[in-house]
Amino acid sequence: MADSDAPAAQKEKMTLVVFSGELDRALAAFIIATTGASMGMDVTMFFTFWGLNILKKNEGPGGGKGFLRRMMNRMNRGGARRLKLSKFHMFGLGTGMMKQFMKENRVPSLDEFIVMAQEMGVKMMPCTTSCGVMGLTEDLFREGTGPLAGAAYFINEARESKVTLFI
Amino acid sequence: MQADDTLDCVGLYCPMPIVKTAQKMKQLEKGQVLEIVADDKGIKQDMPAWAKTTGNEYLGEEEDGGEIKVYVRKTAD
Repeated sequence: MADSDAPAAQKEKMTLVVFSGELDRALAAFIIATTGASMGMDVTMFFTFWGLNILKKNEGPGGGKGFLRRMMNRMNRGGARRLKLSKFHMFGLGTGMMKQFMKENRVPSLDEFIVMAQEMGVKMMPCTTSCGVMGLTEDLFREGTGPLAGAAYFINEARESKVTLFI
Repeated sequence: MQADDTLDCVGLYCPMPIVKTAQKMKQLEKGQVLEIVADDKGIKQDMPAWAKTTGNEYLGEEEDGGEIKVYVRKTAD
């Protein structure tokens, strides 16, 4: 307890709410998160609503509890590799082009950013209410996600944070 | 400027030079100087900001054509 708690307590905190599930917005969130961690900050990301799509596994079915929710999660499948740009998606053409441009400029993919953030100790917590409403269970999210938390946990983290953002 | 170690960030955009610098600095001893070679102009703003936040010392920059060299001394743990 003591050795993991003590240094973290002295670190400055950053807390992000990731509400959006588009590729461009997710990239912005992860660029800020990985940079914050690189600057020695303790970073927590709260994923709510469409933001949960970022954390969903790339492979496997949509999942979820109950028939209707399973249908919805199949259509709203998520997964970092499946996200669309908020503009210029153009049935995948624009998004594919942007991914190609990023690759050419050696900018990591969203998937790579997520792994990088996890390696840096960025906490990624799904919102319990969104998960409940959409029937999402923890096993649908990629490894290293969690635990589920609510608004009170976020507010307490945000209260102690020097930087808080809603994306 | 004399450096103890060098980090090649040519061709990389934000946030990769910062991410790599943070990783590299962990391998350095206190007092040692790291040279970061980059070609993204943003580094001239980003690296002093990184140093200020992390408690390391920003020593300055040298520009040669499109290549930018920035120097940071490890003064934090």
